[in-house]
Amino acid sequence: MPIRTVYQATIEHTQILDERGVLDPALSKPGTPGILTDEQVLHLYERMLEARAVDERAFVLQRSNRMYTYPQNKGQEAAALGSGFAMRRGTDWIVPCYRENAAMVMHGMPWHHIYLHWMGDERGNVVPPGVRVMPIAVPIGTQMLHATGIAWAAKLRREDAVVITYFGDGATSEGDFHEALNFAATFGVPAIFFCQNNQWAISVPRETQTASETIAQKGLGYGAACQQVDGNDLFAVHKAVYDARERARAGGGVTIIEAMTYRLGDHTTADDARRYRDQAEVEAWQARDPILRTRVYLESKGLWDAQRQRAGEERAKAFATEVVRAAEGIAPPKPEEMFDHLYAEMPPELRLQRDTKRTSSLGQDPSQAGLRSEPQRA
Amino acid sequence: MAQMTLVQAITSTLAHEMERDSRVVCLGEDVGLNGGVFRVTDGLQKRFGKDRVIDTPLSESGIMGASIGLAIAGMRPIPEIQFEGFLGPAYDQLVNHAARFRNRTRGTVTVPMTVRVPVGGGIHAPEFHSDSPEAIYTHNPGLKVVMPGTPTDAKGLLLSAIRDPDPVVFFEPKRVYRSFREEVPDEEYTIPIGKAKVVSEGTDVTVISWGASVFQCLAAMDELPEDVSAELIDLRTIHPMDSEAVVASVEKTGRAVVVQEAPRLCSVASEVAALIQERCFLRLHAPVQRVTGFDTIMPYAKLENDYLPDAKRVGEAIRQVLAY
Ligand SMILES: Cc1ncc(C[n+]2csc(CCOP(=O)(O)OP(=O)(O)O)c2C)c(N)n1
Ligand SMILES: [Mg+2]
Repeated sequence: MPIRTVYQATIEHTQILDERGVLDPALSKPGTPGILTDEQVLHLYERMLEARAVDERAFVLQRSNRMYTYPQNKGQEAAALGSGFAMRRGTDWIVPCYRENAAMVMHGMPWHHIYLHWMGDERGNVVPPGVRVMPIAVPIGTQMLHATGIAWAAKLRREDAVVITYFGDGATSEGDFHEALNFAATFGVPAIFFCQNNQWAISVPRETQTASETIAQKGLGYGAACQQVDGNDLFAVHKAVYDARERARAGGGVTIIEAMTYRLGDHTTADDARRYRDQAEVEAWQARDPILRTRVYLESKGLWDAQRQRAGEERAKAFATEVVRAAEGIAPPKPEEMFDHLYAEMPPELRLQRDTKRTSSLGQDPSQAGLRSEPQRA
Repeated sequence: MAQMTLVQAITSTLAHEMERDSRVVCLGEDVGLNGGVFRVTDGLQKRFGKDRVIDTPLSESGIMGASIGLAIAGMRPIPEIQFEGFLGPAYDQLVNHAARFRNRTRGTVTVPMTVRVPVGGGIHAPEFHSDSPEAIYTHNPGLKVVMPGTPTDAKGLLLSAIRDPDPVVFFEPKRVYRSFREEVPDEEYTIPIGKAKVVSEGTDVTVISWGASVFQCLAAMDELPEDVSAELIDLRTIHPMDSEAVVASVEKTGRAVVVQEAPRLCSVASEVAALIQERCFLRLHAPVQRVTGFDTIMPYAKLENDYLPDAKRVGEAIRQVLAY
C-alpha cells in the first residue's frame, strides 16, 4: 500500500459535573477511581471559598497600596484545587507558575507567603521543611523544565513521587514548554503537565496564541498522553489528574491535561482587560464560575444551603484577614538580606558591599577617602 | 513643539517612521490591541493595521528569531521584549544570530532591526521586571546598545536606530516613562548613535551616567556646595561609547564618578572606569568611583530602593573624589 495511515489520534474533552451542577451518572458511578466523595467536595468547596476570599483581598490590598502587582486567580479555583487534591502532599511535587495559589497552599505553602511574594518580599518564596512546592515562577514557561528534572530524579532514584507542573495557554508558545515535554516523555518521567487554559495570555486570546485546535494535542507530537477537561468542573479536573498520576506511577509516563477555564479578573492588577475583551464574554464565564457550580451541586445533594453559604463566606473572610495579618505582621526585610543568600559562602567583595552598602572604593574604605594627595605627574 | 513623556515620544516616533517607511513593522507580546503593557505602541495597530503592528505568540525566541528573518528579507522589524528580564529566551537569537550575521557572511547578510526593551528598576514591579542587563549586550560584539533618558533624546535616537543598518538594542528606562514631560521638537531629527550629551557643564568632577540614573545624579548635584562645579554626561548610547566625550571631560576635571543601576561586576561602569584610567591617567586627581547596583540579584520591591544607587550615594562619591 503506497499510502497508509501511520498515526491517528483523538483528543477527548471530559466533563463530569455539568454547568447546571448535575453529575454525569455514567462517569461518576460510585466506586469509580478518582471520583470525589461528598465529603471531599465539601472540603474542597470550603477551600474554594477561602481561595476566592484571599484572592479578592489581595486585590483590595493592591488597590490600597499594601501590595504590589498581583495576578488574580479568580475563576480558576476548581482547576487548582481539583488538581492539587489528586496529588499526595509531601511526596508529590507541585511546580507552579502563579495562577494556582490554592494548589500550592494545599501542599503546604502558607498563604501568607504568597502574599509576601507579591508584597515584594523574597521570603514569600521560602519553602517550609518537608514541603514539596516550588516557589511562584514569574518568567513564563521556565518551571516546566524544572518539573521534568524533578520527576526525572524521582525516576532515577525509584521514588514513588509524581510531579505536576502548572502553566497557562500562553506558556505553550515558549520553547521551554516543548523542550520540557519532549524530555519528560522521552525519558518517561512521572510528570503531569497541567495547562490552565484560561483563554487569554494578557491581551492575546487563545486563537491568536496558536493555530492548534487544542492545547492538549500539542502533547501528541511528543508521545504524551493528552486530555482536555472542563477546568471549572472539580470532578473532571480531579479525575483527570488522578488518572494521570496513576499512569505516571505505573511507569506510563507523561500526561498533558488542558483544563478549559477562564481568567475572570484582569491579567494582573496592573492590567485593564476592558481594553481588549468583551464584557459579554466575561459574563458568560461568570455564569460558569466553578464556585457557583460546585455550590449548586452541593445544594442539590442537600449538603449546602444559603445559611451555610453565609457562614462559609464569613469564615473565608475571617481566614483572609488572618492571612493579611500574618503577612503584614512580618517585619520588613533588612537590606543585608539581599546579599546573604546569593551563595552558600559569601565572596569577600560581596561581604564588603554588604557591610558598607557601597560599591565605590572610597565609600567602602573611608580611610582612603581621608588621604589627600597631590596628583603625581610623570 | 509638544509636551511629551518618554512613552509619548517613542509612540509618536514609531508612528512617524511607520508612516514614512512601509518596511517598518512592530511586533511583540500584547503590542497590538493592548498597545503594549506600557502603552508604548498604543493606537498604532488601529492606525497601521494588524499586518504592521503584530501581536505575537508568547515566545521571545520566536519574536527575536523571526524578526531577524524579517530584517534579512528586507523589512525593518521593531520587536518589543516586554521586560528586560525576558530577554533570556531571546538571548541566543540576539547574541548568537542577530549580532553575528554581518560578520560571518562578510557583510552579505545583515540584520537591520531595533529591539525595544523596557529596562531597569524603581517601579515596584515583580521579579524579573527590574534588571539592568545593558552590559551583557555590550560585551557581546555586534550589537549597538542605546538607552535614552529623555523624550527628546528618545525621538532622535529611535529614528537613528530604526534606520541603522545593524541590530540596535533600544533600552527604555521604565522609571522615566512617565516621570516628566518636556518639549519635543515636532520636526524630524536624528541623534547619532554613539554621541553622548553633556547635561550640565562643570570643571571639578565629571559624573557619567545613562538611563534613569541620570536623574539621581542631577539630584545629587543639586545638593553639592555652591562652589563645586560638576559636569554631568549622559552617555545615551552605551555601545559604541562616546569615549571622546568622556575623555575630554575628565581631561578637564581630573575626577570621575560613574553611576549605573546595574551591578558593578564586569559592567559598563567598569568599562568607563577602565577607559578613563587608560586615557586620562596623568590627569586624574582621584581614583575613578563606580556607584552602582550591588553585585547581587535585584531585590524584590521592598528592598529595591536599598539596591538602586540614590542621590545620597552619588553625592557622597562626588564629595569623596573631591576630597581625595
Ligand atoms: C518569559 C516571559 N515573557 C513574558 C512575560 C510577561 N507575561 C507575564 S504573564 C504573560 C501571559 C501569560 O499567559 P498564560 O501563559 O496564558 O498565563 P495566564 O497569565 O493567562 O495565567 C506574559 C506575556 C513573562 N512573565 N515571562
Ligand atoms: Mg492564559
